[in-house]
Amino acid sequence: MSTDGGKHEIGEVLLEMRGLRIEGQSDEQWHEIVNGIDLTLRRGEVLGLIGESGAGKSTIGIASMGFARPGCRISGGTIVFDGIDMTAASEETKREIRGSRIAYVAQSAAASFNPAHKLIDQYSETPVQHGILKAAEAEQDAKDLYRRLQLPDPDNIGYRYPHQVSGGQLQRAMTAMAMSCKPDLIIFDEPTTALDVTTQIEVLAAIKDVVRQSNTAAIYITHDLAVVAQMADRIMVLRYGDLIEEGDAREMIANPKEDYTRQLLAVRTYKKEDTAAAPSERPLLDIQDVSAAYGKTLLVLQDIDLKVERGRTVAIVGESGSGKSTLARAITGLLPPLKGKVLFDGEELPASYKARTRDQLRHLQMIYQMPDTALNPRQKVRDVIGRPLSFYLGMDSQAREKRILELLDMIELPADFADRYPGELSGGQKQRICIARALAANPEVIICDEVTSALDQLVAEEILKLLQRLQDDLGVTYLFITHDLATVKAISDEIVVMLQGRIVAQGEKQEILTPPHHEYTELLLSSVPEMDPDWLDGVLEKRKAAQ
Amino acid sequence: MKQLIKLLKSAPPTAIFGLLVIVVYVFVAFFAPVLTPYGESEIVGSEFEPWGEGFVLGTDNLGRDMLTRLVYGARNTIGIAFATTCLAFLIGGFFGLLATTLGGWVDQVLGRIVDVLMAIPTLIFALLILTILGTSIPVLIVVIAILDSTRVFRLARAVSMNIVVLDFVEAARLRGEGIWWVIGREVLPNSMPPLVAEFGLRFCFVFLFISALSFLGLGLQPPTADWGSMVRDNATLITYGDITPLLPAGAIALLTVGVNFVVDWFLHKTSGLRDEH
Repeated sequence: MSTDGGKHEIGEVLLEMRGLRIEGQSDEQWHEIVNGIDLTLRRGEVLGLIGESGAGKSTIGIASMGFARPGCRISGGTIVFDGIDMTAASEETKREIRGSRIAYVAQSAAASFNPAHKLIDQYSETPVQHGILKAAEAEQDAKDLYRRLQLPDPDNIGYRYPHQVSGGQLQRAMTAMAMSCKPDLIIFDEPTTALDVTTQIEVLAAIKDVVRQSNTAAIYITHDLAVVAQMADRIMVLRYGDLIEEGDAREMIANPKEDYTRQLLAVRTYKKEDTAAAPSERPLLDIQDVSAAYGKTLLVLQDIDLKVERGRTVAIVGESGSGKSTLARAITGLLPPLKGKVLFDGEELPASYKARTRDQLRHLQMIYQMPDTALNPRQKVRDVIGRPLSFYLGMDSQAREKRILELLDMIELPADFADRYPGELSGGQKQRICIARALAANPEVIICDEVTSALDQLVAEEILKLLQRLQDDLGVTYLFITHDLATVKAISDEIVVMLQGRIVAQGEKQEILTPPHHEYTELLLSSVPEMDPDWLDGVLEKRKAAQ
Repeated sequence: MKQLIKLLKSAPPTAIFGLLVIVVYVFVAFFAPVLTPYGESEIVGSEFEPWGEGFVLGTDNLGRDMLTRLVYGARNTIGIAFATTCLAFLIGGFFGLLATTLGGWVDQVLGRIVDVLMAIPTLIFALLILTILGTSIPVLIVVIAILDSTRVFRLARAVSMNIVVLDFVEAARLRGEGIWWVIGREVLPNSMPPLVAEFGLRFCFVFLFISALSFLGLGLQPPTADWGSMVRDNATLITYGDITPLLPAGAIALLTVGVNFVVDWFLHKTSGLRDEH
């Protein structure tokens, strides 16, 4: 094993599932969502559960506590935790085990903490409740753990309320809380998915360190193969409640046996060819010295200068709070800028969308992050796509019907989807409909606001390819807002890096991605997890050396 | 149609009971002239005749047939309550959606007007206005509708608040759609379920309110039959241990219960609420 793998001992079997079946209820009928999974976990071992949404990975994670979510039930198989049959155990026994011997770390720490209590009080609650520690001992433990998890000011941070610490710190405090009773098993359910990459790396390092030192067994649930490669000794790949492949982490990454695993590994290798820019006299979209604020004082965009050439893809990258979505709102006129102007094809656009002409609006279309809320659930696909056609282009019903079918064909959906409601579509299909709605207006520029971040990896890749193909065919210009550097690599011609409302770096993709970088770009790039299982240790060592 | 039958089959017994009550009332209201032995305000006997042959439920304080009055009362009370509730929803719903969709000062002004109206006790306010303007049926409908629309406004505003911030509404605005499209096509269809449920509840309140006004002598004017005033007119009988005056009161109560059962069922259906077992 790598660097300090020596501390890491794998002992006897701790958790064993045999033929686990779990059913979920929908439309008053029971459907199997986990179809007979076998799982063995030894003491001190970290098992990665990986799969896309609907794979059943969280359901299995929770089942190891003998628990099923409301609307679900464990319908078959056995779950034996340290000799105790969790499916047959009484509620009393299970309650004893949960919290003290098995702990759970949820995806959103912000939603899991009670905002009305201090961190350290919530830490102490479980061990005191289970009668393991006295309050004072628990507080001392908490401070030690906070120190080990590298939280700033470990002696005092516990006396803060959840809203007074950052997201990454809260996630680490949550991990500390899970460790409070020195459990035998911790279930991490996507603990870093909601975090920015630069924060994710800190949390990953802290979790890995603590799990190794205390030799706790862990189940690590994630959809991100690169993350699981850093954390797990062994990986189980799941799909639709079935086990696809199981094996040693290093071996699986190096040499996947199943097609599906290979697909997951290959995702994000898609890359657009480099094209040289031809700076023109009159860029299609010219943003000059734009500043914007919410209210009168809270400046979220400062002095943004940005030129977008026709037919190109400009990616705007930044972490949450960097102002990248606000920039989109300023361009579209939803948030009129305080100063500066937006020129479209050499012509200045009115600051507010309300003052823009129908044609000016038509040329700038938008695709949203959450396809669920971007489509009116009470309108059929036909009406969603058809409205821009009659609204902007004045098509009669016959021409509109013909065009709707063309558009559906363009986004690779069958014609009968026109009669469906959004509720009858999957996430990826909904996003395709959003793309069709934008295309229906025959726009020059499409602003894509995090369009793939709510989608599964394989689906997201399909959407990126579709967008690329549409650009090749129609010559449409994209302004691509994202926090995900893999997406940027895949689709952009030019990159704009934003930090705290300012542009810190901007240029051709090659120029930005090849060293020397701006300091912040360097931090962003080096924080993106790679498949190499030694990547995390390597980066941390490098950063330590640099300090 | 098939869906309707399937829907009814899945309804709980309380909802079926409620539907049944409503259907019977509507039927009675529609066919009042056919179902009754006498005219609405026809004096057919002496005062306060007991139950028996000729007058199944006896006669009232002026010698009119009680059963006839009760049936016509259904027609008047339900009809007026329905018209009033519809008007209240048109006014309240429209301004509620307008307030959220336009936002800014429109929202502020409408909100403050509603606050002022709601600050005055409804019954006293209604009595005041009706005394000034007189108590014709159109005035009654408009006055109660306006007073009740304040509650509808608040609900419509609260519901649509959560909808106007969704991306599809923003997309419609960015497309350049006018305010009517945004309200009518994007916001309204998605705010419907709570509003429909509220319609049932409001109907009951309006119904009770009209009865209360009638009882106080400022609702429907004689000789029009109305359940509220029928209770008042025959109230003296209670002292003699006769339950006749309670019949119109019972009719009011039964309809209210029936409507509420149906509303409850509808709320559960549309909001996806399930009873915790």
